[in-house]
Amino acid sequence: MSTTVEKIVPAISDGHKEHPQRKWQDYFGFSTDHKVIGIQYLTTAFFFYFIGGALAEVMRTELATPDPDFVQPEFYNQLLTMHGTIMLFLWIIPAGAAFANYLIPLMIGAEDMAFPRLNAVAFWMIPPGGILLLSSFFNGAPQAGWTSYPPLSLVSGKSGEEIWILSLLLLGTSSMFGAINFVTTILLMRIPDMDIHSMPLFCWSMLATSGLILLGTPVLGAALILLSFDLMAGTAFFNPAGGGDPVVYQHMFWFYSHPAVYIMILPFFGAISEILPVHARKPIFGYRAIAYSSLAISFLGLIVWAHHMFSSGTPGWLRMFFMATTMIIAVPTGIKVFSWCATLWGGKLSLNSALLFAVGFLSSFLIGGLSGVMLASVPFDIHVHDTYFIVAHFHYVLFGGSVFGLFAAVYHWFPKMTGKMVNETLGQIHFVMTFIGFNITFLPMHQLGLQGMNRRIALYDPQFQTLNIICTVGSYILALSTFPFIINIIWSLMKGKKAARNPWRALTLEWQTASPPIIENFEGEPVLWAGPYDYGIDQESIDGDESVEDMLATISAEGQ
Amino acid sequence: MQGSTVDNKSQVTIESEPEATTGHHGHPDHRMFGLYIFLVSDSMTFLGFFAALLIYRAIVPVWPPEGTPELELLIPIINTSILVASSFVMHRGQTALKKNDVKGLQVWFAITAAMGAIFLCGQGYEYFHSEFGLTTNLFASCFYVLTGFHGLHVMTGVLLILSVLWRSRQDEHYTSKSHFGVEAAEIYWHFVDVIWLVLFVLVYLIN
Amino acid sequence: MTLISLWYGQNHGLLPIAASNDASEVDGLFNFMMTIATGLFLLVEGVLVYSLIKFRRRKGDTTDGPPMEGNVPLEIFWTAIPTVIVFILSIYSFEIYNRMGGLDPMASGDSGPQMAYAHHHSQLVALDTNRQNVALGLGVSPDSQQGISPLEVKVNGIQYAWVFTYPETGIISGEIHVPINRPVALKMTGGDVIHAFWLPEFRIKQDVIPGRVTNLVFTPNKIGKYPVICAELCGAYHGGMKTQLYVESEEDYQKWVQDNTIAMNDDIDESSVAVNPVSNSDQDFLSPYANNLGVAADALEQLKSQS
Repeated sequence: MSTTVEKIVPAISDGHKEHPQRKWQDYFGFSTDHKVIGIQYLTTAFFFYFIGGALAEVMRTELATPDPDFVQPEFYNQLLTMHGTIMLFLWIIPAGAAFANYLIPLMIGAEDMAFPRLNAVAFWMIPPGGILLLSSFFNGAPQAGWTSYPPLSLVSGKSGEEIWILSLLLLGTSSMFGAINFVTTILLMRIPDMDIHSMPLFCWSMLATSGLILLGTPVLGAALILLSFDLMAGTAFFNPAGGGDPVVYQHMFWFYSHPAVYIMILPFFGAISEILPVHARKPIFGYRAIAYSSLAISFLGLIVWAHHMFSSGTPGWLRMFFMATTMIIAVPTGIKVFSWCATLWGGKLSLNSALLFAVGFLSSFLIGGLSGVMLASVPFDIHVHDTYFIVAHFHYVLFGGSVFGLFAAVYHWFPKMTGKMVNETLGQIHFVMTFIGFNITFLPMHQLGLQGMNRRIALYDPQFQTLNIICTVGSYILALSTFPFIINIIWSLMKGKKAARNPWRALTLEWQTASPPIIENFEGEPVLWAGPYDYGIDQESIDGDESVEDMLATISAEGQ
Repeated sequence: MQGSTVDNKSQVTIESEPEATTGHHGHPDHRMFGLYIFLVSDSMTFLGFFAALLIYRAIVPVWPPEGTPELELLIPIINTSILVASSFVMHRGQTALKKNDVKGLQVWFAITAAMGAIFLCGQGYEYFHSEFGLTTNLFASCFYVLTGFHGLHVMTGVLLILSVLWRSRQDEHYTSKSHFGVEAAEIYWHFVDVIWLVLFVLVYLIN
Repeated sequence: MTLISLWYGQNHGLLPIAASNDASEVDGLFNFMMTIATGLFLLVEGVLVYSLIKFRRRKGDTTDGPPMEGNVPLEIFWTAIPTVIVFILSIYSFEIYNRMGGLDPMASGDSGPQMAYAHHHSQLVALDTNRQNVALGLGVSPDSQQGISPLEVKVNGIQYAWVFTYPETGIISGEIHVPINRPVALKMTGGDVIHAFWLPEFRIKQDVIPGRVTNLVFTPNKIGKYPVICAELCGAYHGGMKTQLYVESEEDYQKWVQDNTIAMNDDIDESSVAVNPVSNSDQDFLSPYANNLGVAADALEQLKSQS
């Protein structure tokens, strides 16, 4: 039995209602519609992605030669600080919030988020935060790395540093307001039929993400406030010259910043859990395992922070404790990777852009995860900490993981968000260029670190030049890969094929309403007639006792 | 859509189930839940500061650093009592409103705001007369940042109470059934109170 | 697949040479992890590639795949195996870290921000008396030979250079020279911002923090010249903050000591003249260091009676 492409059946016998469409101007103003806000977040995030990417290209161009001959070393440090800060706080975290905003109400059958105005406020803190941060270039951007360790951050690029602090306080608050919305909406606004074990895995992952945001970000805020006092008011919380302790900053900073990396990956874990079943036509393998492992990662993520400090001012017993907890967190992560593989296995894979990026995600995140487990081992980490091995690791999990997941999500939900289909050929070219460019850029960095190249440097030992040139070439391929993507998006928006309500024949609720959805999301309360991953259900009935007719009759009876 | 071999008549409609009630269902009020979550987050900020204070206390060889004058406890103890008492006072306001006594609400809330203001004045007096400044030493810095940050919260709480008082002037704005603003202001005030108790112990008492 | 993993795990050629026993042990650990990682890599990537080819949707097939929602035994298996693996890695890592001296109480405790503070308030914080928690980092290895005292070198990291002071001989230098096969105990601090002392060929690294003393101990077993690299962003010229560690034969080391001590002889009193440690008895040699090493007077007496 097959599931054919459906015909759109008018649901109400009195004819199809006309619904007001959004005007493009709505997307530039203060809108409380979560769908508008989601798109605003996404486009803003991409804007900053291109800026952060441009900074990276300048860095990689400098690194093609061992000498600092393209930019001054001091400026190079500004570039690396801004590259890191922008990519994390203005690209990945807001992009996660973008999808959360767009999808959560649709997936649970709600009309909007719990606090629509707070939601809009949360978004509108991002552009000022970003512009403020960029403005630091005028008088010298901060140059102590995105980690901003004192005492260095207290003595270098001070005006830039203060701007950086204020910008982060703004962006962190935005993130927290978003999380308040996500938690409340997911927990309290699902349609009655949807109990927590019938909700899509994206919602589970956003629940886990929001917990981390709410518990971790305030501690970063506290750290930044104290740093700010040191910088501006002459206190010495982190300044040894005044009796303070720079290691306390590190603890407070990483208490947030480690969960931050889970904040950056969990939404995309959720997205992958949505995308794979649809394009493999198979249920997600191990729903509960994936749901609970998200919570486990969230909880464990709060007690691993000092693995960023294995060679710092940490006593041996503390290093051992954090090694243990960090090793443990590999288990729920591994469960997910295996479950996703099992979802693909035996399925019927449509090799479209969304699925290609999802598989790219899996293959790259795997490498990043494996290097991560190695880094949990203290003796090994001591050798590679603050080297290019670390740079390789986090780019594999952040770019290979989050960004590939992000692109998969963009291709997957583009029809829903815009009502247009993307051009698949361009999408596939985008994937191939990104995948190749990405691996050429970052794979050699593992070796660079192991061999002895430290990070955050504009000048390096000439023995490393060959590998660095390879990385630079890879980065240029990555830069070029953005073109098919941008062309695709613009072209599809203007001239793309009109998308049906449910072009992927998916089962989650967002696909049961129009593309793009009507302003109120659904006409009346949606009926939950299948679990989110009940693919193959028509095959099930072949072996089962009930005929499909009977099953449908049962469901429609329940729905009345 | 699945089961397309089945004829259209028995197809389940996937959207627009005719509503039993007209229009959209009423929106339940989730604001209290949101407030609680916000307060959890806010307490994490204080936790960050408290953790820093405790770590300094544990690892700095001499704590408080030499030369730190002992903290005078009279004013802070009076302040603490005022703040704790004000929570009870405020609660009377809410109890009054639950009996639809708006006047009672206004009286008790006004007293609470006054007590909050007295607390802030007491703190200001303490700052003015203290023998150490923000940058004197590490303990002094912790003292001012912690009490200052808390003071900002007290100020916010007072402003919230004042805005409740302002809105209560409008007839029927707060009733025994609908008074989120009143409840929210009160929960926030209790939160500020509890944080102060922890702060008082950590900053004033155990040093 | 197992064979490939095993082979690659041992022959990846990714690390520089190991110039100490500890370094070789770390390499053993890394090789072990590489073997496991290669195996898992081949397994998962293999599954992905296979799926992309074998489970491609046939053109025109719009049916769903099989409704496989889970398989409890399989899920238990792939939960248990990683748990066992990380458990083994944790124990193995703990062992190696301990053997490297990471849990030496002398080195692994934290006494907090001390030095700058002590200066600031003229309160003498006698580092010696607080024997339990002197500093942070790697200390003396638990199975190091008794009686061989480490060569102590004080390290100061500043923007953008390393300054080495040898208490034994009073030498101050921008390079570090050590004799082969003798443990070297670095007592390090930062002068301005946080730096980090990294010896890639020894696989050891430790932040140097202003206001604190941190430790590294290593025993070189190969003569050679090794880079010392700063591994914590310390300013614009962080990339240029490098020097060399020279591991030399005993003779060459002594020659270096003589050469450098002569250079400094003018205004140094006799107490810092280089003493040839070989000629001293254990007790005589150790007495100046008794305090630092935490060796009590009666322990010295015992040594004397033994030697």
